[in-house]
Amino acid sequence: MITTRVQPEPFDTAAETALLTAGRHDIGALVTFTGLVRSDNELEALTLEHYPTMTARALATVANEAWARWPLLAGTIIHRHGRLLPGDPIVLVAIASAHRAPAFEAAEFLMDWLKTRAPFWKHDGAGWVAARAEDDAAAARWTLP
Amino acid sequence: MTLLYFAWVRERIGTGAEDLAIPPGVATVADLLAWLATRSPGHAAALADRTAIRVAVDEEFAAPDTALAGAREVAIFPPVTGG
Repeated sequence: MITTRVQPEPFDTAAETALLTAGRHDIGALVTFTGLVRSDNELEALTLEHYPTMTARALATVANEAWARWPLLAGTIIHRHGRLLPGDPIVLVAIASAHRAPAFEAAEFLMDWLKTRAPFWKHDGAGWVAARAEDDAAAARWTLP
Repeated sequence: MTLLYFAWVRERIGTGAEDLAIPPGVATVADLLAWLATRSPGHAAALADRTAIRVAVDEEFAAPDTALAGAREVAIFPPVTGG
C-alpha cells in the first residue's frame, strides 16, 4: 500500500525510504520526490493552510488510484502544513516497484495530482499564492477525474 | 449545514466556519453560492467572481449543478496550491 500523512513536522526522507525497503528484495526501483520551499522575491516564510478532513481523504484516494494503475510494491506520501521557511521540505512522494517505469510514472502522477486536487493553500506573507495553469495542464495528461 | 471557508474566502467573509439553515429552494451548489452572497458584504466580496473559487460538498469537489440534498458540509476556497 501507499501510506499517506499530513503533518506540520519535518520528515526524515532516509528513514521513510528505509521503512519502504526494509527486509525486502523484490524492490528494484525506489523513486523519491521532495518538494521544497523556494524563495522568490526574498520570501521570509510560506504558510500552508489546509482542510484537514478532505486532505486526509483525498490523499488516501489518490494513493489507492496510483496503487491500482501501476504495479507498485510500496510507497509513502507526506505533506506538511503550517509555517515553513525557504529551503524547508514541503512534500515527500516515495514509490517503490520492481522496475523503474511504474515508480517514475506513479510519482509524477501523484505530484501532478497533489498540485491540483490536494486542499492546501499557500500564503507567502504578502498574499495568497495563485494556482498555476501549468499544473492544471500537467494534471490533465493523466485524465484525472 | 456546516459551511467552511479557506484562504482569502475565509478572510473576506470574516470567519472560517458557520452553521446555517439552508432555505428551501436552495438545491444546488450554484443556488447556495447565490444565496450566500446575499448574507453580508463580506460574503458578496468572497463570492463575487465564481470562477475564482472552488467548492467541495462532503469533501468531494463539486460542480455548480451538484445537488446539496443530504450534504453535511460544504467548503468554499480558492484553487488549491498544495504540493
